[in-house]
Amino acid sequence: MTITENKPDTRPTLTPQRGGLLADRAFSWWTLGTGLLVLAILALILVTTVKEAWPAFAEMGFRYVTERTWDPNPAQGDAVFGALSFMYGTAVSSLIALLIAVPVSIGIALFITELAHRRLRGTAITVIDLLAAVPSVVFGLWGILVLAPALVPFYQWLHDVLGGVPVLGSLFGEAASGRNFMTAGLILAIMVTPIITSICREVFGTVPQADKDAALALGATRWEMIRGAVFPHSFGGIVGAVMLGLGRAMGETIAVALVIGGATNISANLFEPGNTMAAVIVQQFGESTGTFTAALIGLGVVLFAMTVAINLTAQAIVRRAEARMRGGVA
Amino acid sequence: MTVTAESSTRTPVRPDLTGRSLSTRRRIVNHLATGGIYLAVLLAVIPLGLVTWTVVSRGGGVMSLDFLNADIPNSYRREGPGMGPAIVGTLIITGMASLMAIPLGVFGAIYLNEYGKQKPLARIIRIMADVMTGVPSIVMGLFVYIGWVLLVGEQSGFAGSLALACLMLPVVIRSSEEMLRLVPDELRQASLALGARKWRTILTVVLPAAISGITSGSLLAVARAAGETAPIIIVTGITFASNPNLFEGTNTALPAQIFRNASQPFVGAQDRAWGAALTLIVIVVLFTVVARIIANRFALKER
Repeated sequence: MTITENKPDTRPTLTPQRGGLLADRAFSWWTLGTGLLVLAILALILVTTVKEAWPAFAEMGFRYVTERTWDPNPAQGDAVFGALSFMYGTAVSSLIALLIAVPVSIGIALFITELAHRRLRGTAITVIDLLAAVPSVVFGLWGILVLAPALVPFYQWLHDVLGGVPVLGSLFGEAASGRNFMTAGLILAIMVTPIITSICREVFGTVPQADKDAALALGATRWEMIRGAVFPHSFGGIVGAVMLGLGRAMGETIAVALVIGGATNISANLFEPGNTMAAVIVQQFGESTGTFTAALIGLGVVLFAMTVAINLTAQAIVRRAEARMRGGVA
Repeated sequence: MTVTAESSTRTPVRPDLTGRSLSTRRRIVNHLATGGIYLAVLLAVIPLGLVTWTVVSRGGGVMSLDFLNADIPNSYRREGPGMGPAIVGTLIITGMASLMAIPLGVFGAIYLNEYGKQKPLARIIRIMADVMTGVPSIVMGLFVYIGWVLLVGEQSGFAGSLALACLMLPVVIRSSEEMLRLVPDELRQASLALGARKWRTILTVVLPAAISGITSGSLLAVARAAGETAPIIIVTGITFASNPNLFEGTNTALPAQIFRNASQPFVGAQDRAWGAALTLIVIVVLFTVVARIIANRFALKER
C-alpha cells in the first residue's frame, strides 16, 4: 500500500550544526558585560570624583556647603572654597526655569493630546523635537549676544514698575546688564520645555478615553474635562516630569555659563549676575590647580549626587504613575 | 385623534446639547484656558524661530568655503574666517565616540531584551541607564578628566570621544531596547525551531529585523553628542590648527569654539561663533533628518 511505501528518511537532525554551546554562553556573557558597563560607569564616576575632590572636602569640611565666599587665589591667607552661592544660583535659575517651563509644557502637551488636529499635532511635535535638538551652546550664544542685551530695557521697566512694592521690589532690582539669574532662567526654561512636554504628553495619553467622554457627556466644557478627568489621572506623571526637568536644569552647563554673568553672589535681586555649580566648573577648570581643582570636582560630586537622587525619584514616580494608569485601563 | 392630541399637549423635554445654556463664567474660563494652551504653543515656537533666524542670518553672512577650510585665527581679536579644525575635530571626535558607544549600547540592549527581560539585574540596569541619561555632561567630563586625562597625562581628542561615548551609551541602550521589543516573538521561535543557536538567532534574525530603528535611534544620539560642549572644553583642550591624531595633542570641536568665541567682545570672534553655530546646526539637523527618514520608511510597525 502507498502508506507503507518506503520513503527516504527526511527527518531533520535536531542537533545544532554550527556554533556550539560555548558560543552561546560566551555571547550571553558578553551582552551581560556590556549591560553591566552602565552600572560600572556610574559607580566609577562616584568613586573617582569623590577621591579627587577629597582634599577640598577635607580642608574645608562642612564649611564647603555653608560658606558663601569662593576665593581660590586670595591676596593673603588661605584659599576659601564655599559653594553656597553657586548652590543658591543653581536653585534660583532652575526655579525660574521651572516656573516658566511647567505651565508652557503642560499647555503644549494638552494641545497635542486634546486640542490639535492631526496635522497640527505633527507640527507641534516636530517643533518640540527641534527645540530639543538645538545644541545648548547655540542657545547660550543667542542668549549672550541677542537676548541679554535686548532684555535690559525690559528689566529696567519691570524695576521701575515693581521696584517700590515691598516684597516684589527686592526681586526686581536694578539691572546693570542682561547677564543675570533671570536670563539664565529664561534660557533654561527653553531647554527643559521639550523633556517636560514629552513626558506630560505620554502621561496624558494614558488617560482613558472613557473618562474624558464621561466628563463631556455630563456637560463639562473642554477645560472642565481637562481639569476633572485629565489632571487628576496624570498628577503623579506630571510631578515626575517636573522633577526630570529640574534635574536637567540643574545640570545644564554651557548655556548658563554664558548668560549668568559669572559672579560669586547671593542676592534676592534676580537682575544681578550670579553663577551655578555646573557653570563655575567649566569657567574655572582651565586655570585651576591643586586644591582649587579638587574644590571644582567637589562641585561635580554635589551636582552628581543631587541629579542622580532627583532622577531616581522622578523615574520611580513616572513609572508608578504609568503602571497604575495602565492597570486602570485594563 | 386622541393620540395626536395627547402628543401635542405634552412638550417633549429635549436636552439642550448646543452648549448655549452654559453660564458665562464657565464659558469664559473655557475660552481663557483654550487661549492659554494656544499661547503656550506660541511661546515654544517664538524662541525656536528667533534662534533659527539669527543663526541663519548672522552665520550665513560669514559662511564661505574659506570659513569651512581655513585654520582658526589664534587671536580672538583678529577678524576673518576659519573653523576648519573645529569641523574636523567635531567629526572625528563624535565619530570615534559613536564607534565605541553604538556597538556596546546595542549589545547592552540585547542583554536587556533577550536575556535579562524582567530579572532584577536587568531592571536595575534599565533604571540606571535612565538615570545615566540625566547625569550632567559636565560631570561626565570631570569623570573622563580624572579617569583618562590625569592617567595619560595630556588632553586629547580621544578623551573627548570617551566622554561623548559615556553620554551616548544609555541613550543607545534604551532606544535599541525599545526597537528590539518590537520584533515579533514568532521570528525568534521560527529561527530557534530551525535549529539555530540563540546567538545566531539574535545576530542574524532579530538584529536585522530591528536594524532600521536602532540606526535611527543611534543617529539621534550622535546628533545630541555632536552638540555637547562642557566635557569637550574640559578634556580636549584647545587648538588652532587641524589635529587628525585623536590620541596625541589637544584638539577642538565646534561647540567648544562657539563657547570660547561667544563671550569675546570682538566682532571677529563673534562672527566666527555665529558661523560655527550655523555649521553645527546643519550637522545636527542632517543627522536628525536622516534618522527620521530611516525611522519613517523602514521601521517596524508597532502591533
